[in-house]
Amino acid sequence: MSALNIKKGSVSHSAYELRDPYAEVIESHTLAVIVANESGVLARVIGLFSGRGYNIDSLTVAEVDHEGHRSRITIVTRGTPQVIEQIKAQLGRLVPVHAVHDLTVEGPSVQRELALVKVSGKGEARIEALRLCEIFRAKVVDSTLESFVFEMTGTPEKIDAFADLMRPLGLCEIARTGVAALSRGV
Amino acid sequence: MTKAKDSTPNTMSGAKMIVKALKDQGVEVVFGYPGGAVLPIYDEIFQQNDIRHVLVRHEQGAIHMAEGYARSTGKPGVALVTSGPGATNAVTGLTDALLDSIPIVVLSGQVPTFMIGTDGFQEADTVGITRPCTKMNWLVKDTERLAETIHTAFHVATSGRPGPVLIDIPKDVQFATSEYVTKEKVKPSHYQPKVKGDIDQITRLVEMLETAERPIFYTGGGVINSGPAASQLLRELVEATGFPITSTLMGLGAYPASGKSWLGMLGMHGLYEANLAMHGCDLMINIGARFDDRITGRLSDFSPHSVKAHIDIDPSSINKVVRVEVPIIGDVGHVLEDLLRIWKSRGRKVNKEGLGKWWAQIKEWQAVNCLDYKGSEKTIKPQYALQRLEALTKGMDRYITTEVGQHQMWAAQFLGFEAPNRWMTSGGLGTMGYGLPASIGVQIAHPEALVINVAGEASWLMNMQEMGTAMQFRAPVKQFILNNERLGMVRQWQELLHGERYSHSWSESLPDFVKLAEAFGCKGIKCSDPKDLDDAIMEMIRYDGPVIFDCLVEKHENCFPMIPSGKPHNEMLLGEAETQGVIKAGGAVLV
Repeated sequence: MSALNIKKGSVSHSAYELRDPYAEVIESHTLAVIVANESGVLARVIGLFSGRGYNIDSLTVAEVDHEGHRSRITIVTRGTPQVIEQIKAQLGRLVPVHAVHDLTVEGPSVQRELALVKVSGKGEARIEALRLCEIFRAKVVDSTLESFVFEMTGTPEKIDAFADLMRPLGLCEIARTGVAALSRGV
Repeated sequence: MTKAKDSTPNTMSGAKMIVKALKDQGVEVVFGYPGGAVLPIYDEIFQQNDIRHVLVRHEQGAIHMAEGYARSTGKPGVALVTSGPGATNAVTGLTDALLDSIPIVVLSGQVPTFMIGTDGFQEADTVGITRPCTKMNWLVKDTERLAETIHTAFHVATSGRPGPVLIDIPKDVQFATSEYVTKEKVKPSHYQPKVKGDIDQITRLVEMLETAERPIFYTGGGVINSGPAASQLLRELVEATGFPITSTLMGLGAYPASGKSWLGMLGMHGLYEANLAMHGCDLMINIGARFDDRITGRLSDFSPHSVKAHIDIDPSSINKVVRVEVPIIGDVGHVLEDLLRIWKSRGRKVNKEGLGKWWAQIKEWQAVNCLDYKGSEKTIKPQYALQRLEALTKGMDRYITTEVGQHQMWAAQFLGFEAPNRWMTSGGLGTMGYGLPASIGVQIAHPEALVINVAGEASWLMNMQEMGTAMQFRAPVKQFILNNERLGMVRQWQELLHGERYSHSWSESLPDFVKLAEAFGCKGIKCSDPKDLDDAIMEMIRYDGPVIFDCLVEKHENCFPMIPSGKPHNEMLLGEAETQGVIKAGGAVLV
């Protein structure tokens, strides 16, 4: 129902969406926020979340258009539909924000995260870790006689599953980038 | 730092650029206070006569003056403060302007770029501190970008939902030279909020206007911010439809208090008829208001049987706390123009029969006479003082500012506003100490007008140093202090909610306000007898200069009507007799 003819990718608002924004269920949404790449903009976005008590499950940011001075912030957040709509509207009205995309409602999207996982161990555990690494299509990027560092990309759930399996095999450290996401198709 | 390679007539220092950019933006007056980090700017101000500088006594005063200037003129107010404490003192004013959507541009000095981060003298992370209390702020590290940033700042402050912006300017950026960029040469900002409302939604609202049996217009500060044309359109719409209208504290004056459809202010201390009409309506048309908690009372019981429409320029206001069926995102003026055009083209229909019954019901509520209070021949009742002030100043070219508390609510109840931009009060933030500096800002913008700050003695003391500013700049502001020697609203809540334990809510060791006036070199008037009040008020009005009027009023008067926190509109208290034990513990946790 597009009273405002809200196009895919434009700043959307609850009032014009079909979902019931007053349901009391907690939903997870992935938002892509296109901002001017200026100092203080990330602080303004994060300050909005902390100041208004919204959740951030994951946040990534990098410049994506050097000439146009644009950065893309990908935020995974949680809340009731009404809160999610508020978050989008609040983000949308920030002066340096150019666009807010809710990848969760705008259609199918690809979400990927990169993780570096350090596992130490010997003997059978070490062999098992390497075997699981192959199954998960992770790469060994560092190796000593007593440790591996695996690199893997995947959905956050896949990385969680991999980490869970590595834990009994000697997981000692993990570094994750947070989610980067794009809509599928054009 | 950019060095000027080829000097042209447009090559100038950053400090000169600031003054030139302000001039190009049509700025006539700057409220400010000098300091080390803004000395180059003050040097430029000294060498020109186009922009007037008003020296304040505290930076908070500068921001409230800029707010008063902005709200009474519709133009952005400008303030200039130094680094560190100058900037931190501006924070309360910036937050005030953010909550009330007032366009102001604040320029702050900063330590030189090469000293940033070293904990230099009077260094503070000003953009960090002010980020959550500005609509946007900038740290300008390069003189080349200074003029452009100032022009953009004015655009941002005044476009869409207005608000405060701050530009932090390191001292070396003020000294360095670069090419001045004119307003016209700045590339258009991507920040262009939508002003036209969606026609389908507006048409839906028109259909509802045609059939509603119990409609009400609920208007707010957005109508005032939209400009005088919006108030004009609102008046036309109200007269043509015959619908009742109420307004928030922020929106008073958009529709005249003498208008036949006027119900008075709504909300916590709003009028009985306004609140009951909101509770009982079947169509609520919110125009430029934001369902503030002072307005709605208990949300689950807020106007339970109505269809709600909401016109607002800020998409985040819509469905923030109250769900609406007809959301219209756009500027009030533009939307009302379309609304009126479509309604007229469809034959100017309203539900006459329903409206007749609705007005009959409203007349019954009005007959309750909710603002009635027990008069006294011995002491001045605060309500009486305001009634007399209203009677004696009505029809004059009058502007009213207020502080925050009981006196503010009584002023909203008992003073009538016939035009927009005549009423300046701290609504959202509730900033005690707002009224005196705001009144000076208003007076600077309107030198010939009668500007009165209706104050409580406690609020007034918070920024009383600004009487020095009023004297120095010959701003004949009238400080009408309702002095009950109490923090009246705090005392009232303690009486109603905290078992009459009056913890720290009285003012001891108050100054003698008449002597204080004399110390500042202005006029002091003291009045404690109702019989002398009219003469004393006339003396205040006639005096050519600032006046501090110490009006000693009844000490224990409570402000009614009142919707206690956590209660719905239809459970409002009308007077003392109804207050015993009605506010439960649940209400006490709310503010």
